[in-house]
Amino acid sequence: MTDLTELGVAQIRDGVAGGEFTAVEVAEAFNANVAAAQDALNAFIVTTPDAAIDAAKATDAKRAKGEALGKMGGVPIGMKDLFATRGVQTTAASHILEGFRPEYESTVSQKLWDAGAGMLGKLNLDQFAMGSSNETSYFGNVISPWRRNDGGNAALAPGGSSGGSSAAVSARLCPAATGTDTGGSIRQPAAFTGITGIKPTYGRCSRWGIVAFASSLDQAGPMARDTRDCAIMLEAMAGFDPKDSTSLDMPVPQWEAGLSADLKGKKVGIPREYSMDGMDAEIAALWDQGVAWLKDAGAEVVEISLPHTKYALPAYYIIAPAEASSNLARYDGVRYGLRDLPDGANLQDMYAATRAAGFGAEVKRRILIGTYVLSAGFYDAYYTQAQKVRTLISQDFAKAFEECDVILAPTTPTASFALGEKSDDPLSMYLNDVFSVPASLAGLPAMSVPAGINREGLPLGLQVIGKAFDEQGVLNAGLAIEQRAGFTAKPAKWW
Amino acid sequence: MADSTYRIQGATGDWEVVIGLEVHAQVTSNSKLFSGSATAFGAEPNSQVSLVDAAMPGMLPVLNRECIRQAVRTGMAIEAQINKWSRFDRKNYFYADLPQGYQISQLYHPLVGEGSIEIALDDKNPEDTKTIGIERIHVEQDAGKLMHDQHPTMSYVDLNRSGVALMEIVSRPDMRSPAEAGAYVSKLRTILRYVGSCDGNMDQGSMRCDVNVSVRRPGEEFGTRTETKNVNSVRFVMQAIEHEANRQVDVLESGGKIVQETRLFDPTSGTTRSMRSKEDAHDYRYFPDPDLLPLELDDAFLEECRASLPELPDAKRHRYENELGLSPYNAGVLTAEVETARWFERLLAETAKAAGKQPAEVAKQAANWLISELFGALNKLGTSLEESPVTPEKGGDLLALIAKGTISGSAAKQVLEIMLETGEDAGVIVEREGLKQESDTGAIEAEVDKVLAANADKVEQYKAGKEALFGFFVGQTMKAMKGKGNPQVVNEILKAKLA
Repeated sequence: MTDLTELGVAQIRDGVAGGEFTAVEVAEAFNANVAAAQDALNAFIVTTPDAAIDAAKATDAKRAKGEALGKMGGVPIGMKDLFATRGVQTTAASHILEGFRPEYESTVSQKLWDAGAGMLGKLNLDQFAMGSSNETSYFGNVISPWRRNDGGNAALAPGGSSGGSSAAVSARLCPAATGTDTGGSIRQPAAFTGITGIKPTYGRCSRWGIVAFASSLDQAGPMARDTRDCAIMLEAMAGFDPKDSTSLDMPVPQWEAGLSADLKGKKVGIPREYSMDGMDAEIAALWDQGVAWLKDAGAEVVEISLPHTKYALPAYYIIAPAEASSNLARYDGVRYGLRDLPDGANLQDMYAATRAAGFGAEVKRRILIGTYVLSAGFYDAYYTQAQKVRTLISQDFAKAFEECDVILAPTTPTASFALGEKSDDPLSMYLNDVFSVPASLAGLPAMSVPAGINREGLPLGLQVIGKAFDEQGVLNAGLAIEQRAGFTAKPAKWW
Repeated sequence: MADSTYRIQGATGDWEVVIGLEVHAQVTSNSKLFSGSATAFGAEPNSQVSLVDAAMPGMLPVLNRECIRQAVRTGMAIEAQINKWSRFDRKNYFYADLPQGYQISQLYHPLVGEGSIEIALDDKNPEDTKTIGIERIHVEQDAGKLMHDQHPTMSYVDLNRSGVALMEIVSRPDMRSPAEAGAYVSKLRTILRYVGSCDGNMDQGSMRCDVNVSVRRPGEEFGTRTETKNVNSVRFVMQAIEHEANRQVDVLESGGKIVQETRLFDPTSGTTRSMRSKEDAHDYRYFPDPDLLPLELDDAFLEECRASLPELPDAKRHRYENELGLSPYNAGVLTAEVETARWFERLLAETAKAAGKQPAEVAKQAANWLISELFGALNKLGTSLEESPVTPEKGGDLLALIAKGTISGSAAKQVLEIMLETGEDAGVIVEREGLKQESDTGAIEAEVDKVLAANADKVEQYKAGKEALFGFFVGQTMKAMKGKGNPQVVNEILKAKLA
């Protein structure tokens, strides 16, 4: 019998619908993998095997009655622990929300359950989605299932902030997982672990019920084995939500049905400014390879300019912390979550003690940065200036897209690094986002596709950035790369 | 209006007071500014709180269109500029009654820009007005409420009010006396109640004032101001200004300096005290709320707002004077409260209908009766116009009986008293009590003839020049008719007979 955990979303959906196996069999197989890997990989904060089985039973029952199964019928998934799940602890990997069980379900997770998906558990992440290595989680870092081929056993970063998601998908603990992307938190971990992930256009997926990091940037998206699986899952996640004022009031396209790797008549832009001094030679070579693949798929390749690229990262590290400093003010010990009330404490003491104990160092760093850049006397120099840069970056993309349909770039400047390697150096950690942040600031759809293995045996990703609302163009270019890259590598099981 | 002569007489000379007001008016709406929770006053603590109001993780604000509509209509009522593009900002600070850790407000791009209202200080002379500039109206969320009396060491939080929509109406520093400030608050309240955008219930906190006061030598530059927070009645606003201005004069005259600070008003003592100085002031770190898109208003929306505006108090007062012929004072009294004006207009319509006359023909009678008869009677009963047992319909019937000469003015007073007690119709009472007056000339003439015949001597004296006896003849006739003779007809006949 096939190992059900080797199957992706489309295969499971079709297999369950066609009666090749039951949804319960699938859920049981993944539940077993989750349990077996938990100690080694720490991908989940909470596992919910019963929820996965219950959803699978419901799907099997529907099939028995001859009812239509949903887009995700019978597919068990991992849920990043940034999405509120009714009755199931939702922490954002923080101590301050430890034990918090919402009485509500996020719009995106509800849509997935409505589409027939089941929940295997809540996935670990960087605390409040702030980090690029999963080392800021209060519940311990996730260990990447990948290891270097040097014979050493150095624990590697699965990327962040959706590091639980990336590790779980690449280790076959789930066929797909939700991620959220603020400055690269879907694409960078996908690239680090050899999986596919897409951040749709800002507003495609409702933010309602997702613990907020930076509201103007946060966007949910799928992480899965391949492009088709991402297209299927994104269809299930996306859609207008009147409860989110920034939600796009547009119909959800049929991305899966629209998949085509034929890029004839399409132009692919190569941004000059993304070729940076000191860029990893293997990444540069892979980028060239990507250009060749897309040409092979029929696309015309043009050089484009995104002149304000070098200001994107500084602007991002002003805007995102500014919004975060305000978004995280609600964690104050008054209504829910952690409360630290020392003897004889007044309100201010309670705030100080609660937030000191409840937030990790990286979260505190960003709250401080954000508070600083919004302060009287600094606001114009930092926040206003950063917003201007953001506008210029959007204009850069708008101009570039007059000359091309999609943009090809590396996802990350390097492959995965060892845990601890960058955690003492926030700046070098922030540099990980250098290629992913511009699309976030412009609200554009962007995906990472696994495209190669470096000399250390670690996966590398290529990034496709598209026009606003043109997820289809992004997915199609991703599919063309995927078909030519023939990426089949997976981490050797050591856990 | 002449420039204010209000001065504080200090030991070193006269001081002028400069006042600006920020009024927080709760928007009348069924649900909150960014959530679907109810807004009823006096509900059980925390019974009107949604996940958004409690700032649960991942919750997002969604703007309530009705609150914006009400604020726009208010702006139109003060002839202010309506900004078709505005935006919400976050005002960040920590307090236990502020679940989000920020208040959603509008600092940089408010919904309503410059406008003004006219105030008058003299009831008898409502045309003698002064224009008070309004700088802006912005829309924002209210905070919750802390309860300090529930537990010996803890404070409790009630979030019912958290997220309720407020309009902050910011005046220019155009007022120069406590009386002007009082007139401004009253007039603003009247306008809000006409528009229906705020119920104006100051005792329930639906309208609260932050009072900015400074003093200066007449004609000189503005002095340093203080801001006294949350003053919740017209009288307290005036008291707070008076106290604060005198305090500032004392400080300045004893060689001190005014510190820019926030102060609190103590209603029991009528004094203000320092709350925090500028140095301790919060840095609110305002920035545009990324959860909300900029607010853009289209022409159709603005058109609907304008079309739904009622006749406003000044326009109504002018109409009462010019078209109905009411005195400025009466017109002022009847238009000061929207309920009074509505009641009066129904009364007028009912009276005209019942009497078969044009409204303008019965307007003075209706205005006088409402102001001097019904108000007085309701006052004695300790009740209000809204709860009056005499409805405009019943009042109109009564006034029509007077207008048609069916009953006399004094009989009408009697009828009103019974109506207030029993709620019966005027006609029923008049029938039962036999209060109908006799207007039939023949019948009255017969009585007059009898009276004149019985008092031939007095008729002689009258004709000889003792004209004061006229009243005697009237009295005798009325007595003979048991008070039911129409006095006007009696007078006319007597005059004719004695000529």
